[in-house]
Amino acid sequence: MTAPALGKDLTGLEHMTPEQIRLILDTAEPFKEVSERPIKKVPALRGKTIVNLFFEASTRTRISFEFAEKRLSADTVNVAATGSSVSKGETLVDTARNLEAMRIDMVVIRHPSSGAAEFLGDRIASNVINAGDGKHEHPTQALLDLLTIRDKHGKIEGLKVCLVGDVLHSRVARSNLWGLTKLGAEVAVCGPWTLMPRGIEELGVTVFGRLEEAIEWADVLNVLRLQLERMEKGFIPSLREYYRVFGVTPERLERSPKPITIMHPGPMNRGVEIDSRVADGPHSVILDQVTNGVAVRMAVLYLLAGGRAELADAAKRGGGSE
Amino acid sequence: MLLQGGRVIDPSRDLDDPADVLIQDGKIAAVGRGLSAPDGALIRNVKGKIVAPGLVDLHVHLREPGNEDEETVASGARAAAAGGFTAICAMPNTDPVTDNQAAVGFIVRQSGRAGLARVHPIGAVSIGQRGERLAEFGEMVGAGAVAVSDDGKPIVSSHLMRTALEYARTFDIPVADHCEEPTLAAGGVMHEGLVSTRLGLKGIPAAAEEIMVARDVVLAELTGGHVHLCHMSCRGSIALIREAKERGIRVTAEVTPHHLTLTDYACEEYDTHAKMNPPLREAADVAALRGALKEGVIDCIASDHAPHAYDEKEAAFDDAPFGVVGLETAFAVANTELVESGIFTLPELIRRMSTDPARVFRLSGGTLAPGAVGDVAVFDTTAKWSVDPAAFHSKSRNTPFTGRPLTGRAVLTIVAGTIVHEL
Repeated sequence: MTAPALGKDLTGLEHMTPEQIRLILDTAEPFKEVSERPIKKVPALRGKTIVNLFFEASTRTRISFEFAEKRLSADTVNVAATGSSVSKGETLVDTARNLEAMRIDMVVIRHPSSGAAEFLGDRIASNVINAGDGKHEHPTQALLDLLTIRDKHGKIEGLKVCLVGDVLHSRVARSNLWGLTKLGAEVAVCGPWTLMPRGIEELGVTVFGRLEEAIEWADVLNVLRLQLERMEKGFIPSLREYYRVFGVTPERLERSPKPITIMHPGPMNRGVEIDSRVADGPHSVILDQVTNGVAVRMAVLYLLAGGRAELADAAKRGGGSE
Repeated sequence: MLLQGGRVIDPSRDLDDPADVLIQDGKIAAVGRGLSAPDGALIRNVKGKIVAPGLVDLHVHLREPGNEDEETVASGARAAAAGGFTAICAMPNTDPVTDNQAAVGFIVRQSGRAGLARVHPIGAVSIGQRGERLAEFGEMVGAGAVAVSDDGKPIVSSHLMRTALEYARTFDIPVADHCEEPTLAAGGVMHEGLVSTRLGLKGIPAAAEEIMVARDVVLAELTGGHVHLCHMSCRGSIALIREAKERGIRVTAEVTPHHLTLTDYACEEYDTHAKMNPPLREAADVAALRGALKEGVIDCIASDHAPHAYDEKEAAFDDAPFGVVGLETAFAVANTELVESGIFTLPELIRRMSTDPARVFRLSGGTLAPGAVGDVAVFDTTAKWSVDPAAFHSKSRNTPFTGRPLTGRAVLTIVAGTIVHEL
């Protein structure tokens, strides 16, 4: 069987097919094992040059990509372009042209403007991977979330997953929403109405106004980070009140008839959107998400570089799930 | 000059007949059948073509002074002539702002030098468009200003809007407002709705426009001044305007060709040529705008021609400037979408693009009545063409209609009896 190609770039999950998403998850399976070896390196991307272009601060995502690239033997360069006096748009066009001129193979880009990854991908021949663009998408985060859910529950289809918190400003929420619905999960969002984007219900998701209702419904809670500036901009009155009304606490979770899997894309604000006892509790898979992040990113890099889909098939024969 | 054998449409006199049009000494001399040309007069056979009063655009941005690389008074007037416009009104958000009689006089002189479509300056409401102190309306009107506006920015202070409407009464000019409640619109780059949610772009809710429309209508009633509402974009605004007109409040309104034809779906793929302010809204808004224009609740079409350098639009959506050019596509877009589709008759469209805008700003033109200015446009309403920005006379290319097949275009544009454009 020939597997579906991914195309040149990975800019988001909205326009991907379920088959393409499954291919990435299945390809990630064999890569998990690479990170468990004493010598964590395979030659898959030897001779490829990759630029990690981060216009926005990032620790976890950047390091995760860098490990993924290095474990595939690629040559990598990190560029952190923050706070230049040149306007962001001009920088992006010129950056695209300069990268093109240097004949690099792949670019991993994070940018504060929605659409920046597509913008870059349309202008250069290299593969472009979106590591987060504005409030638009963060596809590799959603892919690692999907992989983690599949590991934990053995399936995605039919599961009830609720994204909790600042959906309005969250690229993680948007990518999760597309990925989850495409793979057959039921998706809900929950948070204060000030942080719900307009028209979200038209995307086929349930909206819960109260966390208690969401907990009663969900198999999985993916708790989004609440940025401090949301309070400064007046979306919520205080972090204290946010915790009291929307904080995921053991007391609230106790009211669920079944154990709920707890996820968080990080970095966490303990005591704001999530209680430490929940984050560190038995049903938290937050660190599994981080581990899976490397494998998923290896899979994306490998497939975009033209890697064979058979890896995924082999993994499935070897007992991979779904 | 004699235009022979065309179909003459003059909405100012409800005229739609085959006739000749004679222009002498810069004025319309006669309209009728079998007119003969005086010795030495230019004669154009326009059989099969439409002869109409030249189009009038109440809302364009020419970038002179300040950004002459994007547009000048002359290049804008040339683009206007190519689009069948004989008069355009230039917004004052130039650099420096057109907020005094010297600056207004400069536009008038540049227009005279160009000798193309007439360019009428609009003066600023407030000095520097800073929204604080009134500019000198009287002196600006004396220098040639036909209206005042802080367009590009809303008039935030209700007190300033009130005094502007009151003070403008002395000079019998309208105050044109860009209706946008700034705290609701802050940071927004497109219509707030499903598409903005999917694209992760900050939206501008329709309420931001509607709130200011409501305020302006209330202040127009309070002051007895004439408020002109720029580029209406949403259905909620229309309900407010309709009600105000029914109560006899002096309110007029305009709508752009792009708001009559495109929705927020044009922003898909982060197309910065679909980024304008007010933003493209929903299909229900487009339908309501069309209905309101037909009914006369909205008085006229205005292009909101807003030139930008190509590389400014070559940016991430958040970073690109608002605005699109429109002078060279306005008639064809409206003819194709409103007349060809059977919603408007051709005389109805010409009324909304010529006679009515001239009435709203009390300009000469908009009529072929004998004695009126000799501003005439001849259209071939069967001509098929597709939009090629490289062929624009405007210095800028930022159109959302690239490649779009259109029907109808100006083949001859005459200002004060002089040909300023001929295909």
